Amino acid sequence: MSTFTIIAIVLLIGAIGATLGFRRGSALRAEGGRKPHSRPVYHASYVFTWGVIPALLVLSVWLIASPILNELNVRGDFPEGAVAEANLTDDLAYGIVESIGSGLRALPESERETVTAETPIAEAVPLFRQYGVPVASASADWMIPLAIERNAFQDISRWAMTLVVIALAAIGTFHGYRGIRTRLRARNKVESVVNSMLVIASSIAILTTVGIVISLVSESADFFARVDPWTFFFGTVWEPRFAAAGSGGAEGQFGLIPLLAGTLYIGFVAMLVAVPIGLFAAIYMAEYASNRVRSVAKPLLEVLAGIPTIVYGFFALVTVGPFFRDLSAQISGLLTGDYSAFIQAQSVLTAGFVMGIMLIPFVSSLSDDIITSVPGSLRDGSLGLGATRSETIKKVVLPAALPGIVSALLLTASRAIGETMIVVLAAGVAANLTINPFEAMTTITVKIVQQLTGDLEFTSPQTLVAFALGITLFVITLCLNVYALYIVRKYKEQYE
Amino acid sequence: MMENIQATLNERASVTPNRTIKMKTEKVTVHYGQKQALNGIDLEVYERQVTALIGPSGCGKSTYLRCLNRMNDTIDAAKVAGTILLDGENIYDPDLDVVELRARVGMVFQKPNPFPKSIWENVAYGPKIHGLAKTKDELEEIVHTSLKKAGLYNEVKDRLDEPGTGLSGGQQQRLCIARAIAVSPEVILMDEPCSALDPIATATVEELIDELKQNYTIVIVTHSMQQAARVSQQTAMFHLGDLAEVGDTEMMFSNPSDKRTQDYIMGRFG
Ligand SMILES: Nc1ncnc2c1ncn2[C@@H]1O[C@H](COP(=O)(O)OP(=O)(O)O)[C@@H](O)[C@H]1O
Ligand SMILES: [Mg+2]
Repeated sequence: MSTFTIIAIVLLIGAIGATLGFRRGSALRAEGGRKPHSRPVYHASYVFTWGVIPALLVLSVWLIASPILNELNVRGDFPEGAVAEANLTDDLAYGIVESIGSGLRALPESERETVTAETPIAEAVPLFRQYGVPVASASADWMIPLAIERNAFQDISRWAMTLVVIALAAIGTFHGYRGIRTRLRARNKVESVVNSMLVIASSIAILTTVGIVISLVSESADFFARVDPWTFFFGTVWEPRFAAAGSGGAEGQFGLIPLLAGTLYIGFVAMLVAVPIGLFAAIYMAEYASNRVRSVAKPLLEVLAGIPTIVYGFFALVTVGPFFRDLSAQISGLLTGDYSAFIQAQSVLTAGFVMGIMLIPFVSSLSDDIITSVPGSLRDGSLGLGATRSETIKKVVLPAALPGIVSALLLTASRAIGETMIVVLAAGVAANLTINPFEAMTTITVKIVQQLTGDLEFTSPQTLVAFALGITLFVITLCLNVYALYIVRKYKEQYE
Repeated sequence: MMENIQATLNERASVTPNRTIKMKTEKVTVHYGQKQALNGIDLEVYERQVTALIGPSGCGKSTYLRCLNRMNDTIDAAKVAGTILLDGENIYDPDLDVVELRARVGMVFQKPNPFPKSIWENVAYGPKIHGLAKTKDELEEIVHTSLKKAGLYNEVKDRLDEPGTGLSGGQQQRLCIARAIAVSPEVILMDEPCSALDPIATATVEELIDELKQNYTIVIVTHSMQQAARVSQQTAMFHLGDLAEVGDTEMMFSNPSDKRTQDYIMGRFG
């Protein structure tokens, strides 16, 4: 029975239980002068909870544990020395056993009998391939009995699981139903179940973050064991040559500085474009635009935020980059008579400019919210003293909104730093260290992508460096975000 | 009987000395979109006196008050019609700039709204905008006198650079009064200035209003009958967008001629 069917049955049992629970709850009478503690709907939820939650918990534990046990069992049965003989690792060998297992399942009823524990692998493999299951060439005869054993384990486990889970749902529902009485505090119990579900949801989010950080840290530690942190953080040359297989030696140089400089430089140019435009747009939206204009213009601005960044990158590559290059050629032609472009088609300027355009809606919509949340009474106070509208904005509204705006800008900056696609297309992948915005530079994120593209093993410094770069990026954006949150919090206190 | 009272009131009004008309409105109507909020208000506000506007909530007191310094301009939906005169001059006259008008007719709001700046900056804000002080010393002088006039100076003189938002509610409201005084207005409009304050702070502000009337013309909206009686010389009773009755405060409270005023005052006084 498929997992979905099992879940459906459990829910059905729970629903029946809930209906019965509701009836029983409605039928409760006051006892010894005290009313029933909870309303029938809580009795229903109470029964439902008893029926569904334990059953689903067991189901999920089972689904996780069973394959692990199965694997341990099969691995224990690997014949002595056979794995090493076939030049395999345990993991790979088990992978092959698994695919033979699924090959067996793919066979139609009539042919399943033809493959037994004694069938030589050379006969079985073509059969599997015929039904669309490829099996690696390193497979061996001893794997077939193990695959059969594995499938048998799976079948038994599934039957047992179905029985146990459905039985548990029925028992739980019955238990919940029996428990309904006048003074049962079903309402409080349901409340605590809701409470723990919420706790679980938020711990999943937190645990994921923690898990990601831990994996980043441990892989980076691995990297730093091979490459000196000093040369990573302060190296000015980025040249991570890939050692040709087996040749060893050639390590390459992993200098962070050109990437960090590129990241910050492009981000800076982007902010230079996005901040004034976004801020003025926000001021217009919040303070000057009539409701009609606002109701049209605001969604339009937000559409800009919905455009995938790759599209911006495209736009940079095809339109903006060549435009800047040609423009610079014309300018230098007019000034010196030499029509050679001084802006490269892929440059910091192009990437920064296009990224700036992408960031405008973030700046404007965050700042707009902040400006509108400045209490209207402050505006009235200023206007009432005879200040003009722009004086009011400059002297009262913006200063009051400043901390919020600063934190919005920090959040925007952390987006700029994390942006990849635009940079790849608009500024290229060359890790230059330059202060000329008309030349190509590249960023940390681009290099992470580059180091991880292709067929790789996570054992060389060339790939592990991605984690070191990742954690650097993470620390930078984390600092920005934490600082932004800190400012927002201070700002909130001011008005409460 | 009714006519008698009216006659006495009129007589009193005409014989009372020092009754220069400071502001005057004729047939002032206000619409918020389709909805009419004021149906033609004729009212005279006398110089260096306190005029109280009373009436049940939603009757248009705030709306009327906002007409007097054109704060209704800031509300998109509001349309004002009729004549409003300040010293006989139409405040909608193209020659009279709204910014200038608001410097002459200042406003104090229901909820204290100090800017999130220092106490000093709050008071200096208006004079700076209007360029009232030529030197730093002059500005300092204006700030100090305004705070003194608002009766706040002694309480805050040691912490002028602390944020105005850190003061107590009553102090904040007096800071807002000081802020309004600092631009030397002729008229000060106050919209329920004590409704967010405790009784002691209220008493302080009421005393302040009483002193301010020596130099300023004051129009105050209040929902407290006692307050109107304590601080004002003239009272105007609004009802559903109409001016139900206007007259000498003492007379209004002892001998209201309008049925609606009687009900309102009786209701309030229990
Ligand atoms: N900004 C506004 N937009 C639309 N209607 C308003 C606005 N301000 C006030 N009104 C309406 O005008 C009427 C008078 O309001 P208001 O002057 O605030 O009364 P009061 O100050 O006497 O309580 C009320 O019916 C109110 O709903
Ligand atoms: Mg009001």
